[in-house]
Parts: sequence; C-alpha cells; structure tokens
Amino acid sequence: MNFDFTDDQRAIKRTAHDFLEARYPSDTVRALAADDRGFTDEQWRELSELGWTGLVVPEADGGLGLGAVELVVIQEELGYALAPTPFFSSVAATLLLVAAGTDSQRERWLGPLAGGEARATIALWDEHAGWSPDHSEVEAANGTLTATKIAVPEAATADVLIVAAADGRHYLVDAGGPGVRIEPERSLDPTRKLFKVVLSQADAEPLALEPARIAHAYHTIVTALAAENVGVAQRAMEMAVSYAKDRKQFDRPIGAYQAVSHRCAQMLLEVEGARSLSYWAGWALDHEPGAAARAASMAKAYASDAGFRVTASALQVHGGIGFTWEHDLHFFLKRAKSNAHAFGDARWHRDRVAELAGV
Amino acid sequence: MDLTLSPNELAFRDQLRAWLAANDPGREPAGDEAAFAFRRDWQRRLHAGGWAGVSWPTEYGGRGATLIEQAIYNEEVVRAKAPQAANVLGLAMGGPTVIAHGSEEQRRRYLPPILSADEIWCQGFSEPDSGSDLASVKTRASRHGDEWVVTGQKVWTTFAHHAKWCMLVARTDADAPKHKGLTYFLMDMEQDAVQIRPLVQITGEAEFNELFIEEARIPNENIIGGEGNGWAVAITTLMHERATLAFGLQVSVQIALGQLIEKARSTRANGRVASEDPVVRQRLAQLLIEAEVLRLNAYRGLTAIMRQGVPGPEGSLGKWHWSDVNQSLTELAMEIAGPHAMLDEDEWTYRFLRARANSIEGGTTEILKNIVAERVLGLPRMR
Repeated sequence: MNFDFTDDQRAIKRTAHDFLEARYPSDTVRALAADDRGFTDEQWRELSELGWTGLVVPEADGGLGLGAVELVVIQEELGYALAPTPFFSSVAATLLLVAAGTDSQRERWLGPLAGGEARATIALWDEHAGWSPDHSEVEAANGTLTATKIAVPEAATADVLIVAAADGRHYLVDAGGPGVRIEPERSLDPTRKLFKVVLSQADAEPLALEPARIAHAYHTIVTALAAENVGVAQRAMEMAVSYAKDRKQFDRPIGAYQAVSHRCAQMLLEVEGARSLSYWAGWALDHEPGAAARAASMAKAYASDAGFRVTASALQVHGGIGFTWEHDLHFFLKRAKSNAHAFGDARWHRDRVAELAGV
Repeated sequence: MDLTLSPNELAFRDQLRAWLAANDPGREPAGDEAAFAFRRDWQRRLHAGGWAGVSWPTEYGGRGATLIEQAIYNEEVVRAKAPQAANVLGLAMGGPTVIAHGSEEQRRRYLPPILSADEIWCQGFSEPDSGSDLASVKTRASRHGDEWVVTGQKVWTTFAHHAKWCMLVARTDADAPKHKGLTYFLMDMEQDAVQIRPLVQITGEAEFNELFIEEARIPNENIIGGEGNGWAVAITTLMHERATLAFGLQVSVQIALGQLIEKARSTRANGRVASEDPVVRQRLAQLLIEAEVLRLNAYRGLTAIMRQGVPGPEGSLGKWHWSDVNQSLTELAMEIAGPHAMLDEDEWTYRFLRARANSIEGGTTEILKNIVAERVLGLPRMR
C-alpha cells in the first residue's frame, strides 16, 4: 500500500514542471490567448520530442504505451502552467482511436499521432445538446455524416476528427476533406480554441463498435481533465496565498484575517481532494478496471466543482485586482470553468456515480 | 503508486477478520453500567486474543504492528461493527503517551492494566474557560514535598466515573509563558477531592462529565515527560494518533452512507421512493465522492508519514473534512425522512444530533482551519 508516484513518474513530473515553467511564462500564455491559432509549431514539436504525444499509444503502434497515471501527471502540470496547447484534445481523440480504431485506421493514424506529425480532436457535442456527453442524434447515411458539432477543441489545427454519433458510435473524418467546414467560435477560455464543425455529407469511416473499450477511453479522458483542473486550482491557490501574505489592509497582511485565511484553507481541502481522486482514478484505470468508471466520474465531478470554486475564491482573495484583465487569475478561472463543462459536468458525473453505486 | 495490500498485510487483515468473525460479542446492552461492563468484557477478549494495543511494542504487551496494519485494524473493527473497547482513551492516547514520554518504570507500571482494562483512563484537558485555547488552562498544581496539590475544574471528560487514571494537564508555573508552565500528570481518580458530575448533552445522554477538583493529591512520580513540559506531551500524542484514527472514521462514514442509501431506497416519499428523486441522488453521489476523498486522504496521509515521518498537508484536513461529511450525511437523512424527521423514531435522530459535536470535539473546525492556514499554507498568524 503506497500512494506515492514511482521514481519514473516523479521524473516525468519534474521534467514536465520545469519544461512548462520555462516555456509558458505569463507573457507567452497571454500572447497565445490573443492569437487565433493558439500555439506555435515549435512548441508542438518540443512537446512531441518529449514523447508526450505518444504517451497513450501502445508501443506496437509506435508510441510509448504508458499508463493513465503518467497522463494524469502531465495533465496536472499542463494545468498548473496553463499551457495553451492542442495536446489534450489530440490525446483525447487518440485514446478513442487506440480503443476502437479499425486496423487500417490505427495503421494510418496512430504512428503520426504518436510522433506529433498529425493531430486529432473530438467533435462531441451536437449543436442542441443538453448536458449529457453521451447523447447525440447524429446518424450516418451512405458512409457520410451531415451534422453540426459545437465546442470542438483545436479543430482548425487538427488533421483528423473523431465524431461522436447516436448510439455510442464514433466516426473518423478527415478534417481537410470535402464537406467539412470549421468555423472559429468565441470561447470562454481563450487559452483553448473552440470551433464549430459543420459536416455536409462528409466522408466518415466508423470506428469499431467497442462500447467497453470506448467507455474506458472516456474514463481516461475525464480523469485527465480532472487532473488538469487540479493543476489549475493548485496554481490559483498559490497565487491567492502569496497575495494574502503580501497585501496589507488596516496595517496587516490580509491573510492574517480569518475570513481570508479560512477561505485559503478551504481551497487546500478542495485541491487535495481533487488531487487524491484524480490520482486514484489514474491508478484504477491502469490497475483496477472494475473501479475505473466510478473513480473517473468521482474525480471529474469533484474536480469540476473544485476547479471553479478554488479559482473563484482566489479571485475574491485578490479583490479588485483579481477582476482586471491585467491580472492572470481570470485565465485560470476560465480554464477551470470550461473544463468543468467539458466531457460531462459535475452534475452528470454525480448521476453516473449514483447509478454505479446502485442508488 | 499501489493501493493494494502486500501479502503480509493481507494475512494480517485475514487473521483479524477471522478472529472478529469467531468472536462476535453480540449487541451492546442499554444502560451505562451494563454497556460499560460489556465493553470491558470485549476488551478483555481482545487482549486475550492479542488484539489490544496492536501498535504498541511487543515488550509492553502490544502487537508491534506497522502503521499500515494499525490502519487495517482501525478499518476492520469498524467494518465488523465491533464494540468500542472500554479503555479507548488509555489505548489510543494514554498508552502511546506513556510509551513516548514516560520512564521505563512508568511504562512497566501503567501499560499492562491499560491493555487488560483493569485500569480505565480518562482525559482532563479542556476546562470551562479553556476550549480551543487549551494552553490557557487554569487548573493549578503546587508542590508540597513529594506530592502535588491540584485544584481546578475540567470538562468533557469521557468515562470519568469509570476511570482510575486521569491524564491531567495543569499549570505548575503561573509566571512562565502559558505554553511553558504546564505539566502532564496522571491523577488517581479514586479520591474524594475529585467530584464527578455527568454532563447531559443535546442527545439526552451523558457521554461526558465535569470534574471538580479540590486539593487533590498527585505523587511527584506521576508526572509524565517532566515538569513544565505538559504542552509538548499533550500535543505530540494528539498528533500521532490522528493519522491512523482517520481510517476508522472514514469506514464509519462508508457504513453510515450505505445505511442512508438503503433508507433512501426504502423510503416512499411523494409517490415514489426517495432514491429516485434527482436532488437526493445528487446529494448521495456527492457524499459517496466525499467519503472516497476521506478514504484516499487517509491512505495518502499514511504514505506521507512512512516517507517523511510527518503527516502531509492532507493529514491536517481529515478531521475537519470528516465532520463536514458526517454532518451533511445526517442532515440528508433528516431530509429523506420528511415529516418523520419531527419524530424521534429511529437512530437517525440521535445521529443527526450527535453529529453537531463533530465540528467541535477534538479541535473545532475553526481551529483546524487556523492550523491549515498557518502551518500548511504559511499564512501569517492572526494573533
């Protein structure tokens, strides 16, 4: 019984932390947030060279074949750095391809995705979707899809789209193919670009119908997103604590007032809770698959709430300066809130938890 | 990271489970005296089976269990719904304090009767004017030759009327700074100078007592850890016990939550069962998640202690978080009960009322937040 990372996992964490800290200072994050594309080829190349793009791809398909815990480690650091990058969306789509790609799809895409020569993304949400990420009314006809998908991350720079359709089916669509229109949307979180994808009789190849494997991929995706929110919340908490030590009002640091210090203590409670759940979910995905669905939904539900609550609380500690564009905090709040709604919100995942517990 | 038990740990757990299954003591009888006799008998069986003081060194009659085995023990006895041992304070606090700070002579004198439940222990820390600010205690002890004369008042003293020994923190130097002038004594409760009055709480029962101490006598050799060192002696024990106690607390929450889910599934409300109500489902799910956090943080806390010798940040959060969760759980039970919440007809009424103390006993939530803010986050002290 041991809740520690292995030496290898610790090394990955340290490397990720140092690399991201060096590459994504505040000025860079702000510049990328203001930029339409949102990342540079050089940044993507460096990240691929670290092996991250191949992390979840099996060795036989040209990747590193590492586990969900390693993905959790990197995602937490990406959240901490608030690095704008198509890494997460591409990994998410890659996970689905690994889970249910046909032999020819795997052969065509997994090598380039692992090496960073190609990028993928997931088109999940129907235009008039509710909050259930597993509900779509899109149907294929004659090997083509006609549909509008919203909030598709990093679609303009993706080579291939994995499109979710009715009854748990998924299709692979060439992002540059005929009948595919990709339009930028204004996103709550400017550090992750979102697009509307309009498909008009676009060629669509089905992925294999592998519900259990696809479900496992989604559990990995939401766990990774929960871990990202842990990093986001950790950073916002550190900003709040640091500000509470420095900022003086009525001749004392505001952190000496319990109204402020107890707020910070509450942040720690929620950050550590989200961290425990996302690490455990990562571990369960790799070692205890029977518990993975429950663990992943628990992590996503808790980290969705905690991410927003901690960043919002950090903003309150900062007072007026926290509400300005000039301060970085709003980028963290927007990322946390956006993540809270991606791939199922807290409410949806709590419903899953209730169901899995036989309530 | 590995959340499974090693073969040795599994063997320990299975051995304990088998013993608990073979030694089911039945239901605890009603009434203070009968319940106490039942718990004393239970502890004697634990002791005979080698299951009292599992974490204590074998040379003092313990089992020499590892931290993880202690955690397993705390989990399993709660899971088996085993009764509390009669001498819970002696086992959880008194004994470890004597082991850590007592002399060899004191260890030989006090430890065996704690394990056998021949001598019951109680705790004399809190006073009417010293709750959260424990170091401000006013109970005075002054030295007269080889003994100390003690006068003062203590409160929230569990099992005082059954106890032989009281872990008493008293002021021995009124001129020293408040944390420095305290001494930790073992006071013999069997003397007329110590009067006990039961303190009836909001549940109607009297788990606790007030102690009125009027010139009680304590021999000098009953000091633990040296004169003027009482604060350190009191604190180290409290800190040490929290990490493994968290395992018992989280399991009791898991059990209560299982019962609450059963209640939600069997309570008809507004034309359907309560568990079909979306709001009830959401709140039950949130409790399931929070209970999982309690479990995982307990494991993380243990890992941190094994690695660094001290609890990590999550260690300071456990008791506070547990009280939040247990209170929410009992509040939801009342909500599910609907109009039956107005009637005292099952154990949930008691649990709901008893849970109000969770955020006060053993350190108020406000004090725990101060500790987290100051010692974990490094925020400035408010004083």
